[in-house]
Amino acid sequence: MSNAARPSAVFDGVRKFGITGIFFGRLLLACVRSLARPGLIVAQIFNAGARSLIIIMLSGLFTGMVLGLLGQDVLQRFGAETALGTIAALALLKELGPVLTALLFAGRAGTALTSEIGLMRATDQLTAMEVMAVDPMSYVAAPRFLGGVIAMPLLVAIFNVIGLFGAQLIGVELLGIDRGTFWSQMQSAVSMRDVTEGIVKSVVFGVVVSLIAVNEGYHAEPTAEGVGLATTRTVVASSVLTLLLDYVLTAIFL
Amino acid sequence: MRATRSIEIGTGLFVILGLAALIFLTTQLPSSGLKLSFGKTPGYDVTAEFDNIGDLKVGAPVRMAGVRIGDVTDIGFDNQSYRADVHLHIYPQFSQIPVDSYASIDTEGLLGGQYISISPGGLTTYLTNGSQILQTQSAIVLENLINKFFANYSSSSGSSGKGAKTPNQSQNPQEPHP
Repeated sequence: MSNAARPSAVFDGVRKFGITGIFFGRLLLACVRSLARPGLIVAQIFNAGARSLIIIMLSGLFTGMVLGLLGQDVLQRFGAETALGTIAALALLKELGPVLTALLFAGRAGTALTSEIGLMRATDQLTAMEVMAVDPMSYVAAPRFLGGVIAMPLLVAIFNVIGLFGAQLIGVELLGIDRGTFWSQMQSAVSMRDVTEGIVKSVVFGVVVSLIAVNEGYHAEPTAEGVGLATTRTVVASSVLTLLLDYVLTAIFL
Repeated sequence: MRATRSIEIGTGLFVILGLAALIFLTTQLPSSGLKLSFGKTPGYDVTAEFDNIGDLKVGAPVRMAGVRIGDVTDIGFDNQSYRADVHLHIYPQFSQIPVDSYASIDTEGLLGGQYISISPGGLTTYLTNGSQILQTQSAIVLENLINKFFANYSSSSGSSGKGAKTPNQSQNPQEPHP
């Protein structure tokens, strides 16, 4: 057992990728079927999105305020405080908004998804559904996945808008940069491409985080310990993948 | 039933909020997007023509003695005179700006944004809605200044550049052998 530990760990890793890939395909098929029950998707958008709203808004506000303070401090050294709007907008739209929202989303909604589905698995609810000829993929997994995918871009947009007003609060109201300059510099520097990049990133992160959360829950070991481990893996895997994909996407868009 | 209803309302509010944020980001931030104007603020509009506006942008402040008195509302191009046609909106409390005032485009700090600075003239007739500021000075484009400086520098001191290099070259080979 201990001799074969290393190769089997590698094979397990590869197998895990395969399982996730197959699961993703089945999930997409199940998503089409689950469109017949929009009520379930609405309930999951509420769970994943509306319930994460407070934490997202608070984080967005403080991220924007920190950007305002830091930007002012750094730019003052070059006598370019008026570029604060540009820096805050680009940083929020392209990087901080999607990434921080994805990390918070993994912690707030991803863990809830994994433990919920994992517990359903552990208490044989999923098996019971199969026995009753109810497909758990399209009844349990797909609505949760779709809810996460739909909620994520909306959460990112809210995060960005609140963050911008947070940056304005510090830069304009507190530190005295001209309001017109702040917004006009920002508007002339931000292109449609920057906004699109943020939206594409938020959709990709939404798919990745939701897929990992649902997959981990669905394949969790049906014990109390297994559900706990699956929840931990959700946070770790989605955080790491979010940051990794963020680098790749930034490089593609550059 | 009531629980589902409140969930539906909550979801609806969340989706509306999210879509509003998305629309705000896509229309208000990029320069290509259409801009909503939040009504007309009181005051009056004047125009000024510049040979070169440099990096001036819509929304930039108009200042007099450093105090903000208005903002740039529109930047156009005059096809007859080939000059930039800048529309300024002046706040109502600054109603006594002489008609022979002088408008120039200045920069905030070394790298900051540009704004319009108005120096008062001496006449006792004042700018009103629709009037034009006739005396203007273009933006100072830093690159042009630097180019001019280097053009002057290189023509006046052609051989001194060579002389400055020799001490550096003689120093480098000495360093490895102390």
